[in-house]
Amino acid sequence: MSAKVNAALPLEYQTEQNRMNILGFWIFLGAEIVLFATLFGVYGVLGERYAGGPAQKDIFVVKDVMIQTFLLLTSSFTMGISIYEMRRSNIKGMLMWLVFTLLLGGGFLFMEVREFMHYVHEGATMQTSAFLSSFFVLLGTHGLHVTIGIGWAILLMIQIFQRGLTPVTARKTFIFGLYWHFLDVVWIFIFTFVYLAGLVM
Amino acid sequence: MDNHSKVFPISHVVGFFMSLVLTFGAAWIALQSSLSMKAVMWIIGTLAVVQAGIQLYMFMHMNEGDDKVTNNINILYSAFIAVVIVAGSIWVMTSGHSH
Repeated sequence: MSAKVNAALPLEYQTEQNRMNILGFWIFLGAEIVLFATLFGVYGVLGERYAGGPAQKDIFVVKDVMIQTFLLLTSSFTMGISIYEMRRSNIKGMLMWLVFTLLLGGGFLFMEVREFMHYVHEGATMQTSAFLSSFFVLLGTHGLHVTIGIGWAILLMIQIFQRGLTPVTARKTFIFGLYWHFLDVVWIFIFTFVYLAGLVM
Repeated sequence: MDNHSKVFPISHVVGFFMSLVLTFGAAWIALQSSLSMKAVMWIIGTLAVVQAGIQLYMFMHMNEGDDKVTNNINILYSAFIAVVIVAGSIWVMTSGHSH
């Protein structure tokens, strides 16, 4: 059964095994939503307990947050284009847009590390207050996901170079795409409920 | 297969443009408007959910393939659990139930 190929579908959906892998990854993303929900819940409860330390308004830099958001949004778009090129069997275009995606993701990470260093320099560390503990755990978990994603995609590109575009490498790339878009979804909620909400308060 | 060989990825470009508008719109409403905190939170919260929908349906192809019903149930259920966890935690911890 698993070897049955339906050539009418995009490459990544062509075998039963691939469809199961993709569905399985969607279920993993469901669990990831709940993981981030617990961290948002903690931040929602503790986000206003400053213990004499700085509040959101004192440390957030609007311009830097907008740049980070723009980088990640754009990388989600370029990831989509990469999958689009994959479905046109344009392996060169697919890899090119994947490289753009990783560069934008790397830029985002650079900005985030710089932001964290700036906070620590200002005396806003993880130990300062419950607000900052929950803030760093939520943002750090997201940043860790981005870091892992970049490593994952580099390994994936090596495999595409070695094996070319097959139903297996196409499925792996599609699943990585799901992961990357998901990280952008999480960031939208961080941007809205941590940064914007923090600056409105 | 036909719609996968189009030359221009129009839905991606539209999705990207919409997500930029929603993001900068939310930032403008939060930082520049003089609405009340509560109104701002409801508006930008709604914009975030709309934008998540754009990612899921336009970029992640959630409504595609044989498993689309399962995908939708899975994500909606996860979103429900997420709301229960976040809203429930804040409600229990801030409205006097912890005293």
